[in-house]
Amino acid sequence: MGKPNDLVQGTLDLLILKTISLEPKHGWAIAKRIQQISNEVLQVQQGSLYPALHRLEQQGWIRAKWGESETGREAKFYFLTAAGRAQLEKEKESWKRLSSAIDLVVESAG
Amino acid sequence: MLFRRRKAAAHLEQELQFHLEQQVAENLAAGMEPAEARSAALRLFGNPTLLREEAQSSWSWGWMEKTWRDLRYGLRTLRRAPSFSLIAIAVMALGIGATTSLFTIVRSVLLKPLPFYDPNALVMVYDTFSTFKSDTSKYNTVAPADYYDWRQETHGFQDMAAWHWFAGNLTGEHAELPEVVVGAAGTWNMFSLLGIQPVLGRTFTPDEDRLEANHVVLVSWGLFQRRFAGDRSILGKTIRLDSESYTIIGVLPDWFTYPSERVELWLPYAAALSKDQLASHELHQSYVVARLRKGVSAEAATAEVSALQRHLYMANVTRPVCDQANFRPMIDDVVDKAKTPMLVLLGAVGCMLLIACLNVSNLLVARGAARRKEVAIRGALGGSRLTLIREQMTESFLISLIGGALGILLSLWATQWLAHHWQQLPRASDVHLDGVVVSFSIVLTFIAALLAGLLPAVSSTGKGLLGALQESSRTLGGSASRAGLRRILLTAEIALTVILLVGAGLLFKSFLHLRMSEMGCITDHVLTMRYGLPEKQYNKPEMIISFHEAILERVRHLPGVIAAGLVSMPPGAGHHSDLAFTIPEHSSQGAVMDQDGLIRAADPGYFKAIGIPLLSGRFFTEAERLNRTDTVIVNRKLAEEFFPGESPLGKHLSVPWNGKPEPYEIVGVVGDTLERVDRPMRATMYFPILSGLEQTSDTALVVHTAGDPLSQSVPVQKQVAALDPELPVYDVMTMQEIIGKTTATQSFSAILMLIFAGLSLLLAAVGLYGVLSYLVSQRVTEIGIRIALGAQRREVLRLILADAMRPVVIGLLIGSAGAAAAGLFIKSLLYGTRPVDPAVFAAMLGSLLLTAALASAVPTLRACRIEPIQALRTE
Repeated sequence: MGKPNDLVQGTLDLLILKTISLEPKHGWAIAKRIQQISNEVLQVQQGSLYPALHRLEQQGWIRAKWGESETGREAKFYFLTAAGRAQLEKEKESWKRLSSAIDLVVESAG
Repeated sequence: MLFRRRKAAAHLEQELQFHLEQQVAENLAAGMEPAEARSAALRLFGNPTLLREEAQSSWSWGWMEKTWRDLRYGLRTLRRAPSFSLIAIAVMALGIGATTSLFTIVRSVLLKPLPFYDPNALVMVYDTFSTFKSDTSKYNTVAPADYYDWRQETHGFQDMAAWHWFAGNLTGEHAELPEVVVGAAGTWNMFSLLGIQPVLGRTFTPDEDRLEANHVVLVSWGLFQRRFAGDRSILGKTIRLDSESYTIIGVLPDWFTYPSERVELWLPYAAALSKDQLASHELHQSYVVARLRKGVSAEAATAEVSALQRHLYMANVTRPVCDQANFRPMIDDVVDKAKTPMLVLLGAVGCMLLIACLNVSNLLVARGAARRKEVAIRGALGGSRLTLIREQMTESFLISLIGGALGILLSLWATQWLAHHWQQLPRASDVHLDGVVVSFSIVLTFIAALLAGLLPAVSSTGKGLLGALQESSRTLGGSASRAGLRRILLTAEIALTVILLVGAGLLFKSFLHLRMSEMGCITDHVLTMRYGLPEKQYNKPEMIISFHEAILERVRHLPGVIAAGLVSMPPGAGHHSDLAFTIPEHSSQGAVMDQDGLIRAADPGYFKAIGIPLLSGRFFTEAERLNRTDTVIVNRKLAEEFFPGESPLGKHLSVPWNGKPEPYEIVGVVGDTLERVDRPMRATMYFPILSGLEQTSDTALVVHTAGDPLSQSVPVQKQVAALDPELPVYDVMTMQEIIGKTTATQSFSAILMLIFAGLSLLLAAVGLYGVLSYLVSQRVTEIGIRIALGAQRREVLRLILADAMRPVVIGLLIGSAGAAAAGLFIKSLLYGTRPVDPAVFAAMLGSLLLTAALASAVPTLRACRIEPIQALRTE
């Protein structure tokens, strides 16, 4: 299977925060959403997703509550905290800086 | 998230399960069969356990949980093999405990600075005869006049102080119990030079440190407590020392035990010497402590002293005046002879600890081999190598930690025991465990754990996991590399054991040699004791003689006494004194100064009483007394050394026995006796004790008894008391005790070394047995096939033995080389043997080979009894 696109180090946090910034989602939905929005380019492995979720929860940026999923099963929904929202802004900023910096280098004439 | 872990884990499980089900549902929706949908989802999902663990590890406290889990696993595996665990822990406890104890002693005695002000600036300065080559003449005690000249005329040192030993009869003002006390007499500046403040009162003034000065005395803390019950009003009171009154002016602190714990009194330097003695450049009896001046090296300062001493020598060429000075740091002087035995024992326990680590390591490798499959399966299931290594290390850490804790407890006791039983250990009162020592043993414990654990852990979790799994189906090859590792460990273990064994053997042989050395006289049923007649009452030669004769008369008539005699120093009891002499008949050869001999004063009956044979001439007679005592008896050594090929009888020795050199006629030659069992034989001169000279008032009474000598000690002492109730008797010892005392250090280190070596031998045997048993169990099938194909049992035997003996022989060779090197290091402790002693090597290597043979006998026999059918069936 391989890893089609290794996520840039540290960007998974940003993606997760962004994905749940609109509404609380459970792990499965987060992975699916990232996949869909990126046109199947970004595949989030379970092996990275859940440790990342738990780490973010430890840091206090996201919180989880148990709720009923679309299929009627109990699932763990993650949502942003105030600190998480601030963190999301910060990560967005730094991502923009980073990507434009990379653009400059990659697109430069020589 | 330290708490509610169980609930959290259940939630995680549920969450992951939900994810998996979502995936399955999606697969179903995509049109897969239910079974296929599930397995595809699982495949995508990956290793659920690993995932769970990784998610959990993001919770904080993960490391703690891991450690706790490792500890539990470790304890569980240890409990599963209790005998292994107990042996390993005991071995570690012993190794760490012994090493800690020895380190405590080495640290307290050798490494801790002396408890004086700026101790690194203190050196001892000695007289030296440059013409003599022996070490003792390099560090010769200093003559009083030398010291005074040095202090007055050289300026390299900030200050110099001197002290010398004395012993005296201590009584109170009223008829309190008399006793003999050992003391020292120091110059007035000695205490300020060392930085010692008295607890009570003051130290000496320059005025008190002169001839004919008022008699003052400082008492030690020990005497202050013991004799004066800590009564603080003793300042200004008087005590009687050799019947002279001394005023107590101060009490010294309890930690001040220089130069020895036996010193109970301090007198001013000059007060304990006569006018002649103070002016003497020949009477070598003082120790000089000097403090370095800032910016002046000890070498430079000593060179100045040496130059001065050269002048003194030139002015007294024909007399035993030293021609140089020498120095060594004060700490070296204090530890002197104890240093090498201490380092040797520390080295020995270090070796033992290393052997213990190797052995635990060896056992762990064996268990690692047995658990190879388990480890391989866990590796295949996703246990990372680091986790597995950590887990195995936990085991060795547990062993070392428990062993280390027990070891420190053990060393608490062992250190006390050692400090107490190690006779002649300097600074014994300073020996105690402290923070540094405890941290040392903790570090030691961790090093031991690493040593014992890392090698087996790394090797058993190596890359060949797949190989290990496959191997289980066909075991024929055996895991050669693992056995190879164990062989290397075993070889190292055996090499170290050889070093310990040979070291112990050499020390033990030296000890035996000392114990069996020919004293040259009767050593059984001989009682000795000393008394010293105080100068004040016994101030005429006639009085001294009459006491000596009266006591001999009385003792000789005691029932059970065969004979009695008087001598200033019994054989084996020590040096006493020596004097330089010239032989007038040989004067044509020029005045050679370096002829000297031990001095003894003896009564006519002494030689017969203690069984020293008369070789030619005669003993002293009763008529040789007072002024008619210009005769001398020499020992065989003196006769052979200085009168080779001629009879010494009728010749003369010119000796300053009575102050200045006078000729004494040699009237007899007697057999040699040793001054101490650990010293070489020396030329000796005997003078008649019946001269009644002042120096004959202090003497030893030697009694040859029919039965147990100690049973005579009270009757003999009663006879002394009957003659003079105020005269104390001291150093009551049998000849055997005298010899035992001088060989105490040797017997102590020899016996400790033997114990360490024996333990190491045992450990090596256990290691060998373990390795061989393992090898045999690995090769059961192979041997079975060999036998089935017609191999003779004898050949199988040879095969297994060759396997066993290879590491033993290699270890022996390496160890022998190491032992020869170690022998050179302990050379100064050896008597009657040399570093490469064939007998010792043969005996020790032989006992090791024998042990190795015994240890390999059981596995070898097991190999020979293998039934081919059974062996093949076990497949």
